[in-house]
Amino acid sequence: MLDVNKIKKDFPILNRKINGNRLVYLDNSATTQKPIQVINAIKEYYENYNANVHRGIYKLSEEATYKYEEAHKKVADFINADHNEIIFTKNTTESLNLLAYSLTSNLKEGDEIILTQMEHHSNLVPWQQIAKQKNLKLKFIEIDNEGKLKLDQLNDLITKKTKIVSVTAMSNVLGTINNIEKIGKIVHDNDALFIVDGAQSVPHSITDVKKIDCDFLCFSSHKMLGPTGIGILFGKKNLLESMKPFLYGGDMIKEVKFSDTEFNEIPWKFEAGTPNACDGVALGTAVDYLNEIGMQEIMKHEKELSKYALEKLSQIKSIKIYGPKSLEDRNTVIPFSLNNIHSHDISAMLDQYGIAIRGGHMCAMPLMSLLGVNGLSRASFYIYNDKEDVDILVESLKKVKGMFN
Amino acid sequence: MLNSLYKEQILDHYKNPRNFGRLENFDIKNREVNTLCGDEIEIQIKLNLNSVKEIKFNGRGCAISLASASMLTEFIKDKNLEDLKNLKKGDILNLLNIEISAVRLKCALLSLDALKNGILNYEIKK
Repeated sequence: MLDVNKIKKDFPILNRKINGNRLVYLDNSATTQKPIQVINAIKEYYENYNANVHRGIYKLSEEATYKYEEAHKKVADFINADHNEIIFTKNTTESLNLLAYSLTSNLKEGDEIILTQMEHHSNLVPWQQIAKQKNLKLKFIEIDNEGKLKLDQLNDLITKKTKIVSVTAMSNVLGTINNIEKIGKIVHDNDALFIVDGAQSVPHSITDVKKIDCDFLCFSSHKMLGPTGIGILFGKKNLLESMKPFLYGGDMIKEVKFSDTEFNEIPWKFEAGTPNACDGVALGTAVDYLNEIGMQEIMKHEKELSKYALEKLSQIKSIKIYGPKSLEDRNTVIPFSLNNIHSHDISAMLDQYGIAIRGGHMCAMPLMSLLGVNGLSRASFYIYNDKEDVDILVESLKKVKGMFN
Repeated sequence: MLNSLYKEQILDHYKNPRNFGRLENFDIKNREVNTLCGDEIEIQIKLNLNSVKEIKFNGRGCAISLASASMLTEFIKDKNLEDLKNLKKGDILNLLNIEISAVRLKCALLSLDALKNGILNYEIKK
């Protein structure tokens, strides 16, 4: 069992009072809070060894470079990748844009890209817009009533013209866990590229890119205790080597002449300009922190907390909980509606009790219209949440319900 | 502190919105949507000379946007279009009489947008 009380002490923000109440932070799918270790790593970077990386031949720059590259290695080990297969971007959205631009440069009119109906806007809009420009065809794997993928459809959707399949490993709206390995196998049997959006899954489960056998994986530092401003793109070495750079400029070059440029080796070929080195280093510290607790322990904790939350929440009369019925198929994301109370009213009223949850379309407008709702409320948990947080949520929701009825 | 946003008056207008529904005959009709949250308010007005004879609104939204629409429709009855054109953010906030954060301001002002753009469109067409 996780020692949640000990973990809570590492998170200074949890001492904050919101409207006179202790903060109950339940919007972890949107972003997570940061432990003091990560905050200190940022402070330490600027106090001790701030310099531009990969450039200066002096102590500070060498230290900054070492730490920044070390962070790539930590992230690589965390998902069982090689260290030169890890590119730091700005966020998951940028990682996906990088792929959307680079991988479609050679596609021809009529080529197909397959997504699912449960994608976050970040894994939909880039493909959609490029598809419009290049007359590519977008196809979607549908979801069933519970919010699970109708995986059988993939075999029918995928054709010789399908070049890319990009799927979320875990829905940010429904909490659905997708069978990524199975999807990957079908995709590769059909000679297409397989991209996984791991923004929700990587912070909450053990990720092994060799086992998943995905070609690319995108995720974000800030959803896994790290700072904002760093996204991660994993790509298989041979693919990254054959791809064209996405952004051009400094740091991504080996030799520049007036007429031509030889590009740097991977991963630096894809990190043009001065990178966000400080936050990259701090992401490394966040990875250390997660490793110390252990992803296996985290998964166990979250399963147990989800089970408790689902039981407790479903006891509230007239609540409707969305997402898969079986605990096996879902993680700590719990979307719900309560009577006809607008999700923004629920969020705003819970805020009065110190509870932070998300309300609205959750960056998945097409999915919302598919579910026939204007928006939903969503509670999502992480390592510093416990059963008491769930109890406070449930009691407060009952009060909200009372006020509106 | 608690319920500073959801005062009794707001909840009352939300639960029992005044002038909710549709008019059979109207001179002004306009619908505005808050793209951020999907809230939408439609306002319909029947004029008598240049002032508001009848007004109805319909739509969907949070307590703040619906209560604000309800209060606004009560407030503007019998008022002159020229005066309504000069209605400002502050007037709505006075009606609501609650503290509103920047995030929720759009909810509070959705019905005012619907009204003012409606009048504008009406005058252009005229």
